[in-house]
Amino acid sequence: MIRLSIPVRQALAKLTLPVLIAAAFGLMLLGKADALLAERARMALADALAPIYAVLAQPLANAHAVIDNADHMLSLYGDNAQLRQENERLRHWQSVALALDAENATLKANLRWIPDPPASFVTARVVADAGGVYARAVLLSLGPNHGITKGQIALDDRGLVGRVTEVGTRSARVLLITDMNSRIPVTLETSRARAMLVGTNSNRPRLMYWPEGIQPAEGERIVTSAEAGAFPAGLPVGTVHYTANNVPEVEPAGRLDRLEVVRLFDYGLRGVLAPEMVSHAETPARPDPRQPDRRH
Amino acid sequence: MDDRLPGIRPRPTLWRRLDMSARVGFPASTTALLLIAAAAPLGVPGQAEWQEAIALGCVFFWSLFRPASMPPVLVFLLGVLADLLDYAPAGLGVLSLLLVHGFALRWRRSLTRQGFLLVWLSFAAVAWGAAALQWALTSLLMFRLLSPGPALFQAAISAGIYPALAVLLTAAHTTLAEPRRA
Repeated sequence: MIRLSIPVRQALAKLTLPVLIAAAFGLMLLGKADALLAERARMALADALAPIYAVLAQPLANAHAVIDNADHMLSLYGDNAQLRQENERLRHWQSVALALDAENATLKANLRWIPDPPASFVTARVVADAGGVYARAVLLSLGPNHGITKGQIALDDRGLVGRVTEVGTRSARVLLITDMNSRIPVTLETSRARAMLVGTNSNRPRLMYWPEGIQPAEGERIVTSAEAGAFPAGLPVGTVHYTANNVPEVEPAGRLDRLEVVRLFDYGLRGVLAPEMVSHAETPARPDPRQPDRRH
Repeated sequence: MDDRLPGIRPRPTLWRRLDMSARVGFPASTTALLLIAAAAPLGVPGQAEWQEAIALGCVFFWSLFRPASMPPVLVFLLGVLADLLDYAPAGLGVLSLLLVHGFALRWRRSLTRQGFLLVWLSFAAVAWGAAALQWALTSLLMFRLLSPGPALFQAAISAGIYPALAVLLTAAHTTLAEPRRA
């Protein structure tokens, strides 16, 4: 090691902090200029941590279940009365649904309707919160050779959750529909009007850009729209809810605050991808034959 | 550091030197572990803010009371880890942690002589400043004016958990992280 005199050593010690602060600014610029580099570093760390979090997930889920059970015991009586009422309502709807299903089948048979092929999906466990103070996302733990790609659509058992934005070798990150950067083309189910679902980082994304002359109704169901080729039509997203300031928001159908398992669907849609994802998508050795190249 | 103190000391055997370096490395390694643990699926509301608060609290405490174990380079690395875990724009956490570290070093001589209340109040001010800085820079880097709510929440959580954190870290400070007890 080089021996330095005491004044030189002191001067160097004083310089370290300013130099490192300058390096922090440099890192900020680098992260802004080369988003791919930051993304790779993040996914490398996520790949390393995902197995650890996956091991932790089970005991933590058990602990949550115990707390939930205690909570349910306290509200047993009220819940029971509510469930009885709901059951009656659902019985009515079940008979309606069965009748409609039968009618639909006969109509389709008469029209020689070609049914859509069922979409393939894989199920993955949510192992960590991959958001930050200004982001809403979750981290999924995946096995090696998982075949998950960017732009695949994540649903839980009730509705749309988000889209895969970053993929590592053992993990993937799903940007939730509540994130500030999330924009989803949707259809208002009753009026069939198109609109955009815009995330705000709060629990309920906002509904924007619906056509003039149409007002989203309170409680109206919102489903995805196939416009822009990012989503298939008709995935359940949520219901309209007006805030006190008369702003229509959407109460997500999926339970975004307590995701444990999500299904990742591959509809083969590559309609909307961010610029850095497109540059990333150009690299794979195996191009997707199902989709024409829309980048030109 | 030890050489400047007079007195008789046991011989620096390999085991003793290992013990001492483990004690010196204790603050930074526990901070890193706490950061990773705070990103685990605990299901706590506002977990991202908790993570920031833990990073700020640990770096402030160790920079104030044991700066030899929290040099700027380690603060930088902890900031990188926090940024990667937090999915914040890269460099933001690094900058705020380094500024907190610098502040703690600058006011070290006067603050360490004060009681807990004043240290806590100054940490609250530092946490508020760090949250405001992160909010402003994130807004700038995203070209969008963000709601200041999360920043205020983050500052409040940071100030709120500091007493509990300080109790734990003070206990560690006098026992586990003390190289002279090796």
